[in-house]
Amino acid sequence: MSKTAIEISGLYKKYKDADYFSVNNLSIAIEEGEIFGLLGPNGAGKTTLISMLCGLLKPTSGSFTICGQSYKKNSNEIKKIIGVVPQEIALYPTLTARENLMYFGSMSGISGKDLKLKVESALEKLSLSKFADKKIITFSGGMKRRVNLLAGILHNPQVLFLDEPTVGVDVQSKNVIIDYLKTLNQEGMTIVYTSHHLLEAQDLCTKIAIIDQGKIYAHNTPKELITHTEGANNLEEVFIAITGKELRDAT
Amino acid sequence: MRDPGGLIILFVMPLVLIITITLIQDGTFRSVSDTSIPILLIDNDKGSVSETVQTQISESGNFEMITSLGEEPLTEERAAEEVFKGKYQLAIVIPENLSRDLKQKVDQNVLTILSSLGFEDNGLEPEEIQPKEIKLYFDPATQQAFKNSVKNGIERMIATIENQSIYKAFGEQLGEDVESHFDQESFIAFREITLTGEENIIPNSVQHNVPAWTLFAIFFIVVPLSINIVKEKQQGTLVRLISNPVPYAVVLAGKTITYLIICLIQFYLMVAVGVYLFPYLDLPSLEVSGHLLLMTLVALFSGLAAIGFGVLLGTVAKTPEQSAPFGATSVVVLAAMGGVWVPVFAMPNVMQYLAVASPMNWGLEAFYDVLLRKGSLTDLLPELILLLLFFIVTVLFAIGYDKKQRAV
Repeated sequence: MSKTAIEISGLYKKYKDADYFSVNNLSIAIEEGEIFGLLGPNGAGKTTLISMLCGLLKPTSGSFTICGQSYKKNSNEIKKIIGVVPQEIALYPTLTARENLMYFGSMSGISGKDLKLKVESALEKLSLSKFADKKIITFSGGMKRRVNLLAGILHNPQVLFLDEPTVGVDVQSKNVIIDYLKTLNQEGMTIVYTSHHLLEAQDLCTKIAIIDQGKIYAHNTPKELITHTEGANNLEEVFIAITGKELRDAT
Repeated sequence: MRDPGGLIILFVMPLVLIITITLIQDGTFRSVSDTSIPILLIDNDKGSVSETVQTQISESGNFEMITSLGEEPLTEERAAEEVFKGKYQLAIVIPENLSRDLKQKVDQNVLTILSSLGFEDNGLEPEEIQPKEIKLYFDPATQQAFKNSVKNGIERMIATIENQSIYKAFGEQLGEDVESHFDQESFIAFREITLTGEENIIPNSVQHNVPAWTLFAIFFIVVPLSINIVKEKQQGTLVRLISNPVPYAVVLAGKTITYLIICLIQFYLMVAVGVYLFPYLDLPSLEVSGHLLLMTLVALFSGLAAIGFGVLLGTVAKTPEQSAPFGATSVVVLAAMGGVWVPVFAMPNVMQYLAVASPMNWGLEAFYDVLLRKGSLTDLLPELILLLLFFIVTVLFAIGYDKKQRAV
């Protein structure tokens, strides 16, 4: 029987001066070893939810645990077992890829020879060794995304949060990233992932939750979601069926 | 090394600033200026008084006297026009019959005194003599300090001329060579005794400027530091740092140490310029012997205060467009309040109270304690403690604000 990696219970988040809850009584369990896709239109509450799980935002109410650690009591312990890959290219542009990874690796608690080995190995895995000593500012979008991913996984986290990790990259880089995420998952890493690329999510994720207005509207395997949605042949059609065609402009 | 432009701004610009300001202000501190200021003189008197005035002004070496412009004779109207246009800093107009009237007035006074002492009176009713005035025209852009200095100089000159006239009048009335009997040298003189007991060593532009502008440069670290924090927020690196198991205080400690090293490098570069480069620019050398350790302490604590302010500003600001102009202008305001430009004692009362609240004033006073007042570590402690408290309070406020923002 698989263990629960993330247990969210009655989670609420309302921003100051907001009229509505960005996350509204959300409860869900994510099993260890899953690649969990958190899908939803703009402003659905995906980034807010991930920000709370990563300890960047304080929930208005409710609770959650990650690998059995409560955020209320053990937020620092949680930070040791999670990895975060933000939507932005969260790297120092004037430092080289190696320097960025060494810095963020040291901040996540790795040091000395171990850090060097992990950085070299990570660069090798995503075909970046050749460019290790080039400044990030000179990198293409796809290369930046790959370094951005590596900076979040150097300490080998148990749970990895990825906010749109393939946005704005070419197909080749996207394939490398997706393959690497699958490898990490096979090695035992639980991955929570948000994306607007629904076909990519259909291919990658073992479970998917469709979130809108801070609530979960559907939660299952991609195959089950497609099967149980009338007339749907893929995840995109499931998504439209659940969230509608209305534009969701959000600020 | 990755950002040469940034390095130039951080280290070279403060040196350019300190050299420029010290060179400019050096003249103010020197007792004898190297340059002569051209001034216009309209002599309507053409007597002994105007002759003495002209001689003394010429001998001072500070002014080049101009009595005619081209072919045309210099009139009061023309002189006023030239000065008000800013072509000359000053015009002096000596009134008609000044020498004659002064002599007459002094003679009358002397006669009155002598007759009251029983000397023979000539029996004539004294003629009424109107007071005279020497007119001064200043360029409207002239600073008050220059005006005051010129006015004081002329006042002193007139007093001397009047004294000499009185002695001369007594001599004439008494029929004796009184001038040779009376010692006309000033009986009361003044001399400045400095803290070291040496009479001829007075604080110079370098001793004042290097600490003041070093402090100014140290506080300018607020601008790059706050921009750095804002950029980290914008590009997401701060999110990455915060989501690590490292406390935010450690992240701030890393920044504090880095920027403190920058501040100290800036400080040592500026001291090196003061000690080694200034003598080549015909400026006095910065005297730091025996003070370097205490000066380093002041620079260290001033750097901490500046970093605290930068961290707070970077935390509160949302964009570099907010942090950069606010940072720069607030440093200028703190410098002005702190006495970098105008000494605190010369400020209006309200500003003197506000100056006490400026960390730049604490730093400046601490530097002056070391360099000019020969203070010990004990003398510096109050200022160092204030600077440290400022750092602690600003950083705690920044951490609190950041936490609050995450809780909204």
